Amino acid sequence: MTPQITAFCHIKKNQVFLNGKSIFSAGSEVDMREFVKSAFRNTGTKYPKFFKMDDYSKLGFLAAEVLMKEVDESTIEDKSTGIVLSNNHSTLTTDQLFQDSIQSDEAFFPSPSVFVYTLPNIMAGEIAIRHHITGENAFFVSSAFDPDWHTLYINQLFESKKVSACLSGWVEMDDQSLDAFVYYVEEANDQRDESMQHTVEKLNNLYKINDK
Amino acid sequence: MEALIEKLKEQIIKQLNLEDITPADINEEDSLFGEGLGLDSIDALELIVLLEKEYGIRIENPKDGQKIFFSIKTMAEFIQEHQKK
Repeated sequence: MTPQITAFCHIKKNQVFLNGKSIFSAGSEVDMREFVKSAFRNTGTKYPKFFKMDDYSKLGFLAAEVLMKEVDESTIEDKSTGIVLSNNHSTLTTDQLFQDSIQSDEAFFPSPSVFVYTLPNIMAGEIAIRHHITGENAFFVSSAFDPDWHTLYINQLFESKKVSACLSGWVEMDDQSLDAFVYYVEEANDQRDESMQHTVEKLNNLYKINDK
Repeated sequence: MEALIEKLKEQIIKQLNLEDITPADINEEDSLFGEGLGLDSIDALELIVLLEKEYGIRIENPKDGQKIFFSIKTMAEFIQEHQKK
């Protein structure tokens, strides 16, 4: 049976949506990095390490934090839960930040805390640590959110019994904008909403549900 | 020494992105790692960079780090003793 999407979170244009409903917003004049920090404080989670993360990890971590409030985390230890994420820019802006710190011979001060975030799968690692997720994890780079690839890859993980639940999604950011769409997929269950099957069409719909 | 301690507190908060912590929250004698301020190994590397960048001090023997970075006060004492800038 096709696995089912049991929760989804979308963060874009200074708004946080959970299962299609706006739960936090800030005016368009608010800097997007400040918005991410405000949205995180709004979750009520005390996690000082969040503020040390790079911009990509902050965004992905925030989206996962909002999403996982919908998930019974006590089940995670017993399950094989995975993380599959993707984006377009990998960690480009963080890479540039690090490059700037070593560009000049006179001011050659490479920052260790910036360097550790110059890989996109660090974001998956931060989420895994926070939510005790120890299953399969992967990070892919593609030009745009690709529901075909996500459904193909993740449904295959379920079919091959590699996972019984998966946090997945798209976490993209550049200097101008951010877009994080993360969702939770679980094994099909009669008691769940049948219309929420992890299919290309459903993912496309959910990704665009807050476009208006 | 007081001024240096206050400056160090501000620099550490900024360098280590210790959001929601003010200089007044940091006791100069509290340990920086473990129970005190809760810094980690990456923060330790950042402190080494901070010493070199802001005070021109390079730590030659990594084993000295534990003593130097025990607290804000031990850092300030070390800086006062070795400052070149």
